Amino acid sequence: MQPAIEINGISKRYRLGEGAQMYASFREALSGKLKNPWKTKGIGRQRRGEKNSFWAVKNVSLNIAKGETVALIGSNGAGKSTLLKIISRITDPTEGYIKVRGRMGSLLEVGTGFHPELTGRENIYLNGAILGMHKAEIDSKFDEIVSFAGIGKFLDTPVKRYSSGMYVRLAFSIAAHLDPEILIVDEVLAVGDVAFQKKCLGKMSEACSRARTVVFVSHNLAAVESLCSRGVVLHQGGIVFDGPAKDAIQFYLENLGGDGGASRSNIVDLASSPGRPPKFRPHLKKLELFNGDDRPLRGDVPAGGALKAVIRFDLDTPCTSFDAWIAFDTLGGQRVCTAHSSYEPDREHEERVGQQTFTCEIPSLPLIPGEYKVHVGLDIASGEADWIEDATRLTVLKSDFYGTGILPTKGLLLLRNRWSLEYQREAVAV
Amino acid sequence: MSATYELTIKPRKGWQPIDLKELWLFRELLGFLVWRDIKVRYKQTILGGLWAILQPLIGTIIFGVMFSKVAPIKTTAPYILFVYAGLVPWTFFANSLSMSSNSLIGSEQMIRKTYLPRVFLPLGAILALVLDMLIGFALMSVLLVYYHYPVSAALLWLPALMLGCFFVAAGMGLTLSALNVRYRDVKYVVPFFTQMLFFLTPVIYPLSSAPPKLKVLLALNPMAGMIEGFRHVILGSAMAGDLMWTSAASATLLFIAGLFMFHRMERTFADVI
Repeated sequence: MQPAIEINGISKRYRLGEGAQMYASFREALSGKLKNPWKTKGIGRQRRGEKNSFWAVKNVSLNIAKGETVALIGSNGAGKSTLLKIISRITDPTEGYIKVRGRMGSLLEVGTGFHPELTGRENIYLNGAILGMHKAEIDSKFDEIVSFAGIGKFLDTPVKRYSSGMYVRLAFSIAAHLDPEILIVDEVLAVGDVAFQKKCLGKMSEACSRARTVVFVSHNLAAVESLCSRGVVLHQGGIVFDGPAKDAIQFYLENLGGDGGASRSNIVDLASSPGRPPKFRPHLKKLELFNGDDRPLRGDVPAGGALKAVIRFDLDTPCTSFDAWIAFDTLGGQRVCTAHSSYEPDREHEERVGQQTFTCEIPSLPLIPGEYKVHVGLDIASGEADWIEDATRLTVLKSDFYGTGILPTKGLLLLRNRWSLEYQREAVAV
Repeated sequence: MSATYELTIKPRKGWQPIDLKELWLFRELLGFLVWRDIKVRYKQTILGGLWAILQPLIGTIIFGVMFSKVAPIKTTAPYILFVYAGLVPWTFFANSLSMSSNSLIGSEQMIRKTYLPRVFLPLGAILALVLDMLIGFALMSVLLVYYHYPVSAALLWLPALMLGCFFVAAGMGLTLSALNVRYRDVKYVVPFFTQMLFFLTPVIYPLSSAPPKLKVLLALNPMAGMIEGFRHVILGSAMAGDLMWTSAASATLLFIAGLFMFHRMERTFADVI
């Protein structure tokens, strides 16, 4: 059988510094034409194009069979979204061709074309039509869309009066009822509250199981794993891995280290770090981060996962009282928690001098998913001796911490908790 | 649609034929876009749809006083009727240019995040204004009754003239909207351009009052023929046949050229908008 999507040597080049250059080039284009009306595309222009351009997608070939559910995985800027834009015909490729067999619907954003002045009812029709549904199709799914979004009595209210939660619920609900043969989805699951996200996931897996062909991009690796059978890892515009979704995620986490982590090393140089306040001399040398099983940790840790930090520092003069600490802040600058060597009851105090190493083991890092700043410090004789602010960043990934697939989105910490429902006495009395 | 539906995506270069089949497939979307523009246009205004007639009406009153009392212009029909018959299509034309030229940059998200025949955005904006023109002409009939002005069977040409007007507006609007994506200069040029064109089009004066040499130049503007045509079929004023046909031909050409121009520039919209 012929593949549903056949991608052949697709490349896409973007010019850099588009804005300013484009506007200026109007004058250039005009004056250029006046000076030399018969020359269409000069050599000069070509050269400028090469220098100020980059390939967002480079020579990608991929066959996707009918009924296959494929996830595109990669860091920001790996070319996933550009590839989806080319497949869904939003932008032309620079080279190569794609053959698509079957009716295609793409969902790169929820609520595209929503008009704030129109009511929920009106926007359902408008947005549905923009997504490629026919009026008859929308008519038949209308009640289902409304009940899924749970907007009932607000149906005839302009959407500009909706809460942001209602707005995205309605938007997703319309999108979820799109039912093409080939579905292209980009990062649309990250909407609404946790309960609604679960509902969306359910709807998505329903769509995937209906033997549709699905191409899916999401940063939610748990969703990727449960929805997709095949994973394709993109890096710098090219395919670096293609195989079962589970293996693709593994490959991605190990080699590319999650979001923006491609260049993040597990060894952070502290000696010349810019995060040191000027009053301190560089005692701290290095910070090394590892997983629970001692594999290098490249900036990503699953929520509730283990973390081992190795802090290397120098003591210029002999001393008995010195402590190291490592602290985690939200990007907003709020301190979440600190691990301090002085909290260790079995810590020995003997005189030391020269190169030293502290190892800190955190069996379960209880932070909710997100990005955190990591600070490292050294205290000597109970006074601050050195301190690096924002030494590195740590991305806490979604994980199945509670065994239910649910994680809190509010607050900062994951609390180990047990719940039980009290025995119902009345039921026994009858 | 069956599974045999096959689509090839590849780089496109130069002039390309327009995919009419696809436009037909998406026809309902055009309807929805027109309907949206009409619904939204006068939302949260006190006067609502009244604005559709207020624009040409206020113009008519001002020009009526100016050019029948202050500096009289000689016309065969009463000047009020004369100028109103010109202002209704002119208002349509001017509003079309401003609405359509901004239609693409006003729908940036839609262009960057979905695929749809983008030509529907400026076309929808213009089609939504056709309703205003119809309302304008409905009021024209009230004025005709008030002035006891007789009309002839030539009135049946009205739809054809409206189509011609649409062609001129769409031809220019498509090109301007596409240029606006790349060069925001268009945003500043359009109001100025329309204002200048207003005086170069026989809206407040009859073409017959222009000297012959200037007349040829004015006739190059397809809106000149359209407006003269409206007066001819509504008010029975004299009109040169060749002017009408030249205007009709140039309007059609303008429209087709606009479509192809747009189709050619459309490819890079998502990248440069």
